[in-house]
Amino acid sequence: MARYIARRLLLAIPVLIGASFLIFAMVFALPGDPIRALGGDRPISPAVQEQLRDQYNLDDPLLVQYGKYAGGLLQGDLGTDFSGRPVADILEQTVPVTVKLALVALAFEAVFGLIAGVLAGIRQKSFFDNLVLVSTTLVVSIPVFVLGFVAQYVLGLKLGIFPVAGVASGFQGYLLPGFVLAALSLAYVARLTRTSLAENLRNDYVRTAKAKGLTPLSVVGKHTLRNSLIPVVTFLGADLGALLSGAVVTEGIFNIPGLGRAVFGAIQTQEGTVVVGIVTLFVFVFILFNLLVDVLYAALDPRIRYE
Amino acid sequence: MSERTPEKGPVGGTPAGSTDSGLLLDGQSGGEPGGPTGTGDVVAHAMASGHGDDGSVDARQASLWSDAWRQLRRNKLFLIAAFLLLVLSVMAMFPGLFSSINPSDRGACQLSSSKLGPRSDAWFGNDIQGCDHYANVIYGARVSMIIGLVVVGGSTIIGIVLGALAGFFGGWFDTLMARITDIVFGLPLLLGAILILGVFPERGLPQVCLALIVLGWPTTLRLFRASVIAVKDTDYVAAARAMGATNGRIIVRHILPNAIAPVLVYATIAVGGIIAAEATLSFLGIGLQLPAVSWGLQIGSGQRLIRTAPHIIFFPSAFLSVTVLSFILLGDALRDALDPKTR
Repeated sequence: MARYIARRLLLAIPVLIGASFLIFAMVFALPGDPIRALGGDRPISPAVQEQLRDQYNLDDPLLVQYGKYAGGLLQGDLGTDFSGRPVADILEQTVPVTVKLALVALAFEAVFGLIAGVLAGIRQKSFFDNLVLVSTTLVVSIPVFVLGFVAQYVLGLKLGIFPVAGVASGFQGYLLPGFVLAALSLAYVARLTRTSLAENLRNDYVRTAKAKGLTPLSVVGKHTLRNSLIPVVTFLGADLGALLSGAVVTEGIFNIPGLGRAVFGAIQTQEGTVVVGIVTLFVFVFILFNLLVDVLYAALDPRIRYE
Repeated sequence: MSERTPEKGPVGGTPAGSTDSGLLLDGQSGGEPGGPTGTGDVVAHAMASGHGDDGSVDARQASLWSDAWRQLRRNKLFLIAAFLLLVLSVMAMFPGLFSSINPSDRGACQLSSSKLGPRSDAWFGNDIQGCDHYANVIYGARVSMIIGLVVVGGSTIIGIVLGALAGFFGGWFDTLMARITDIVFGLPLLLGAILILGVFPERGLPQVCLALIVLGWPTTLRLFRASVIAVKDTDYVAAARAMGATNGRIIVRHILPNAIAPVLVYATIAVGGIIAAEATLSFLGIGLQLPAVSWGLQIGSGQRLIRTAPHIIFFPSAFLSVTVLSFILLGDALRDALDPKTR
């Protein structure tokens, strides 16, 4: 197992380098001059422009720029944005916010998704099953930003149950955006659990478990559910990317100062170091998460072994 | 095929497989231990459709598709979705049939009626410029349909060609494709699209399509590659080879028809996801730009008016959601019809 994990981590290195270079190249290719744009209506003096370009290596060719950036990265230096603020600082402030948001979303997905999926899977074709099928299909068809507006309008503005925007009020502020962020994946988790459970319930070992007198609760809880969770866990791992994507939109709508908003802003102001730093972090987290999922398989299904 | 066997290892059961293909394209990847055979984190089950393990080739093949068609025609949800999509397609091609006003005509917008709510002579009210919102929404269908079909068509073709090569021949090409798809999967769809679109100073239909195709094809590649691998060791492929068929003929005549079902199902559902993605990008201000008529732009323009004029957001949102829903229902029906296990 340790060797397997080490091999996977090694394989992640070229992916990380490739991804960061690709992102760097795209930011490099952005049209316009970020330094001139920095000044806005009042042009910056040529000497200062020169100095800034030099400081951010903007005159070097792409490969040299990337080399300097990667060199700094290896020494733990993520660079600074154009106002001289270290990217590490930005990460320090925004990462906890987005992590909280993502955890709230994951909790919604896991708890409500699993419960709805299990209840629907046990009693297929029942009223509740149909309810789950219909409502998940509807949720899946509504784009996140539309759902965000509806939730904000109805639950925030009209009913006043949740704060309309911002996280100044603490944990409460995360609930509504977390739910909106989770909604799409929640629907998938529910449907996957339902299908997977229903399929597994037809297996021989379930009949055996029933025949030896186990209660329905332990037949489902101990035997079937564990076997049914593998596709769900796979989905949750792959879904992290969608969560981070969704965070860009959700954080924008609910005005949450997290990674998503920071990266969107940085792309618009062409702050290459910030964009590359944050997106590479996304990719890294995504790879780690998928590794974690693969390790979890072995825990869920003892037939799976890694050499 | 449905049993999760140890040999299949960590890639046994996937979300794409049994019920729900990832809606957004980046919802697809997953655990992948690397190596040439590892990338198949894909639809294992749906694939069962194309061929039985005893696979007698042509008779069965024909009956699969005609069976599927027979079942589709009996499926109410399919009929509803197909009807909605037909209406939407006509709306996209001939919007003049639905609305006598063209929002880009001179005089179509009267600032004096800015933000007025729905009423009998303007069913959906007016937007902030005073344009008839009903006409806006009707004319918005075109962009969505074009982007959805072009992007999914493009990424499906690329994915099938490269996936067939990677799955059939394996080797270095397969490994290369596995690494490239890894990179693209690690990049969240929206973020990747924002990055790519940022490169273009002017963004219109071609740029948005390009960005979404670049991010979309790896999913199809993985799906199709896995199907090809599952099919290529079957007896009928061996038989074809024994008869002296060339690799090209084997791929096109024997593997393709038997491996394409999951890709078709995925593609149908993906159209909905792509349409939603375009709307999201336009809404964020990084997709289509005015004066394009797009539901995403309309929703974005209503963002600040949600308190005073919620109808501006409501109508395009509803049309957008119904369009996405129709494609999802169509894909669901198609999957049920193509999967013999559900019969």
